[in-house]
Amino acid sequence: MSWLYIAWRNLGLKKLQTALSLILLAFGVGLVSLLMLTEKQLSDTFDRNIQDIDLVLGAKGSPLQLILANVYHVDAPTGNIRLADAEKVIRHPYIDEGIPLAYGDNYRGFRIVGSTSAYTDHYDAVWESGRDIEAPFEVVVGARVAESTGLKLGDGFFSSHGLQDETDVHTDKTFTVVGILESSGTVLDQLLLCNIETIWGVHEKPDEVTAYEDREITAVLLKKRNPLAVLTIPNTIRETNMQVALPAIEINRLTQNFGIGMRTLHAIALLIMLISFASIFISVYDNLLARKYELALMRTMGGSRAGLFFLLILEGGILSAGGSLIGIALSRMGIFILSQLIEDKFRYNWSSMGILPDEWLLVGMAIFVGLVASAIPGRSAMKLDTSRTLTEAL
Amino acid sequence: MSFPDIDCPEHAQLLLLGQSGSGKTTLLHVLCGMLQATAGEVRIKGQNLVTMTERERDAFRGRHFGIVFQKSHFVQSLTVLENLAIPAFLLGDTFDLQGAQALLDRLGIGHKAHDRPRDLSTGEQQRAGIARALIHKPSIVLADEPTSALDDQSTQAVIALLEEQASTLGATLIIVTHDQRLKDRYERRIELTDIVSNPLAS
Repeated sequence: MSWLYIAWRNLGLKKLQTALSLILLAFGVGLVSLLMLTEKQLSDTFDRNIQDIDLVLGAKGSPLQLILANVYHVDAPTGNIRLADAEKVIRHPYIDEGIPLAYGDNYRGFRIVGSTSAYTDHYDAVWESGRDIEAPFEVVVGARVAESTGLKLGDGFFSSHGLQDETDVHTDKTFTVVGILESSGTVLDQLLLCNIETIWGVHEKPDEVTAYEDREITAVLLKKRNPLAVLTIPNTIRETNMQVALPAIEINRLTQNFGIGMRTLHAIALLIMLISFASIFISVYDNLLARKYELALMRTMGGSRAGLFFLLILEGGILSAGGSLIGIALSRMGIFILSQLIEDKFRYNWSSMGILPDEWLLVGMAIFVGLVASAIPGRSAMKLDTSRTLTEAL
Repeated sequence: MSFPDIDCPEHAQLLLLGQSGSGKTTLLHVLCGMLQATAGEVRIKGQNLVTMTERERDAFRGRHFGIVFQKSHFVQSLTVLENLAIPAFLLGDTFDLQGAQALLDRLGIGHKAHDRPRDLSTGEQQRAGIARALIHKPSIVLADEPTSALDDQSTQAVIALLEEQASTLGATLIIVTHDQRLKDRYERRIELTDIVSNPLAS
């Protein structure tokens, strides 16, 4: 026998009331925690992929589209740019490094990206097996791609034209898998990498060779040497069909846009939590009123005022702790379902399910407010006039 | 409200008789320290309840009193046996499970030990209430209107049970009632009507 046991059994006696309090709090906490996880996953994914890409050079169009297409590989590219023009920018004194990207083909919906070893270096790629690309039509496969398509070292495959569909297959050129990357949580997981010559080669007739000046790439990821690059580069390319975009700014704009939706959801979640605290308060207070005589009875058997206070606090504590833990579990289930749905569309792997520091804070706050909500009836229990209660109950 | 000096030796059985409104419940609550007397003293086993702190009185009452109420209330969420465990828990004693079961058996409700109190009949609840008052072997058993809701036959049975269990424990038995049927049963009895109508008697 303990106060905890009595509190537990008291809650068990009013199953519906208890269930209502738990469900409400679980939903409130679950929703807030789901939002926290989503935001964390999104910003992590964004940050991991931006790393220190300061500028992205590509064809004119929507700057956000340029970023999404070339940094995250989720949107269609804005177009192609001439290699010769791009090289001028890469050689600009304010630019430290430029990673060229060229693409236009896919294998079973995964993009085949032509670049240099600077691209894999940039994301600190680690080879799970095989080696780096040494010749055209050699391919290094990202972890998710390998897992999903079953490609192994030495396998050959044909690419399809475009970024998604598999209708227009280039059956004349065979790609060979020479390496497989370990999962890194970056876009590399979702890509098949080759050199730029390969991309050019796929679309050329065997007997013609495109002149150097006419060769095209899709974009260049730039790292600046001098902060002034951000101001100068746009000027130097004004006359071309190229633009530069700042990933950090575009992603900021993007998150701010759907931030309004997030804030609305936050407000709804907090409202649900508020209602759940009211429910806990009502639940504990109702128990107090219904059990006044029981509480007085415990006083006659040697129970102290502090003991009764503790009993009611415990009831509120069990409700708020239980509700918030169920909520955390719910949000895990939610994110799992969401990740299953979203993986097909965005090919991002949302797997980390660890509890965030903010979530501990959320649970702590929820338990604290639950305790406060039950402290009010707890105080009434403490002030209970034993003699009068026993007399009135007769 | 004032009361005359009332004296009751240990192990004795005392009847406090009075109509409703005669102050007998007040007296009972003062006796066990649930109400604080504004003047005078309540001495039990040489200790004065009036000078104790509230917490000391709570603990003293829990330790030395067993109270039987007119209508037996219980912690409804717990079983009969678990209700018997509450005094030991509140007093910080270890609960004697075998002893509790034996007590319930003695009172004829051993088979109800694991039932919820509300599933017991009124008579069984009364017995369970007596069991709870006796479980921690108190030195004083206070019975507040233990028979007022009972017919003649049950009254005799309950009173006999109380007397028998109190004397088994060697406890003082104080019955507070308006039930005239008990009047002639006790040599030691105090009629409270006289006191309240005549405050000077104190």
